[in-house]
Amino acid sequence: MSVVVKVEEKLFQNRYKVDSGRPHISIIDEDKCRNHCEAQACTVCCPAACWTAEANGQVTVISDGCLECGTCRIICDEHSNVAWEYPRGGYGILFKFG
Amino acid sequence: MAEKFDVIVVGAGPSGNAAALKLAESGLSVLQIERGESPGSKNVQGAILYSDALEKLIPDFRDDAPLERHVIEQRMWVLDDDSFVGTHYRSDSFNKEPYNRYTMIRAQFDKWFSERVQKAGALLICETTVSHLLLDGQRVIGVMTDRQGGEIYADAVILADGVNSLLAKKAGFHPELKPKNVALAVKEIHFMPQELIEQRFGVKGDEGVVIEMVGKITKGMMGTGFLYTNRESITIGVGCMLSDFKNQKITPYELLEQMKAHPSIKPMLEGGEMKEYTAHLIPEGGFNAIPNLYGDGWMIVGDAGMFVNAVHREGSNLAMTTGMHAADTLIELKSEGKEFSAANLKRYKARLDESFVMKDMKKYKNMPDVFHTNPQFFNDYPDLISQAARTMLTVDGVDKKTKEKQIRKSFSQRRSLFGLMGDAFKLWRAFE
Repeated sequence: MSVVVKVEEKLFQNRYKVDSGRPHISIIDEDKCRNHCEAQACTVCCPAACWTAEANGQVTVISDGCLECGTCRIICDEHSNVAWEYPRGGYGILFKFG
Repeated sequence: MAEKFDVIVVGAGPSGNAAALKLAESGLSVLQIERGESPGSKNVQGAILYSDALEKLIPDFRDDAPLERHVIEQRMWVLDDDSFVGTHYRSDSFNKEPYNRYTMIRAQFDKWFSERVQKAGALLICETTVSHLLLDGQRVIGVMTDRQGGEIYADAVILADGVNSLLAKKAGFHPELKPKNVALAVKEIHFMPQELIEQRFGVKGDEGVVIEMVGKITKGMMGTGFLYTNRESITIGVGCMLSDFKNQKITPYELLEQMKAHPSIKPMLEGGEMKEYTAHLIPEGGFNAIPNLYGDGWMIVGDAGMFVNAVHREGSNLAMTTGMHAADTLIELKSEGKEFSAANLKRYKARLDESFVMKDMKKYKNMPDVFHTNPQFFNDYPDLISQAARTMLTVDGVDKKTKEKQIRKSFSQRRSLFGLMGDAFKLWRAFE
């Protein structure tokens, strides 16, 4: 059974206050993702599709749609290569229902 | 000189609210810090509210708490690709007040709870993230916030900062969470007319139904799906261990979408409008993954302390109960004129050990390992059970004795007789 999912359409229903220019998640050492991590599990398991495996092997993160769950940080247990903070007070996802 | 409080509570979820309420009611000066724009705006839950824990804190909560439906029917479904086998337990005894459990919407509930906390005298500041704890040696003396002049001091800090528990981690009180100790849950809320929900689930008024699901929907991962009826909406979601998502390279929203497309689930969502998509981690590592819970000037409560009973789907009640015990410990020490040192805060742990919280956590301490090392419980058995039901319920001229043989054979082929006996034993030991 295969179902086409556009996660953007899901995230579109959510309410965010984006802290422009101040991403709360970043990669510590890009070389580690490119050359030392085959799984790149963050690019598969992030529930908001913030992480992308680029064609050149690099991993990129755009945290605007982040649901602040912590998956990417914990799943990177072999490399501990994710710098992860909560957004500044009042910013980020604002759940209407939770 | 920066301001100083008796206690700072970080977080305004169920554990933080419970702690702050108790402390404020006892006359301690309490500052509660919440990073969301209002309490609840960062919080996610299924959500089922068990009355007992809240009743102990707010006996009259039913008067004005934003509750959705009281649960009168619980369904357990085992699904394969195109069918389910299930048990439904519905009892009119669940219709007698005071009701035992409710569905609720967390953003609304947390806001209401927090209003009660503020009425009791706690000071709440929202839109403020605590970046780290202020330490004097090993002793916690306050918090650093992202506000200007962000240092705030207190005699004790209660860490109710949720599953990620960043503050204790940064202070070196416990290590990073492991993927095998957390479940990742994704869910959606679908709004539809109240009458449609009542018709569809055979309920009236505030009566509600919950469905817990295991089987093919989790693709062999250790986890469950769930569907809860709210007043004018349905919550549908699925949660599995993060280690399984990682190992099997599964994308959570695709898993959810496939589950929603299951022929037994899809009709229940028809006519609904999806209004929010959420994801959250659930600390399911159990007793053996509980971190150190206290030290000089600090205590951990709720999700941050791994307080979830995954077997019984309990969490917010453990959160409230641990918050309450943390507060009671401080209130007691204060009245005795004793300081909030690690040696004295040991009483918090002793209180938890005496309560249902630790007793239940302990009872199921082997459960996570049993399921992690025996994927057949989420894989083979659901399949075999629905095959068995299909075999017995298909009228096709084959006699029933032959059908029974077929079923027995399908089980022993898939798992072997020793495998079956071993599985029964493992489950019995884990539940014992």
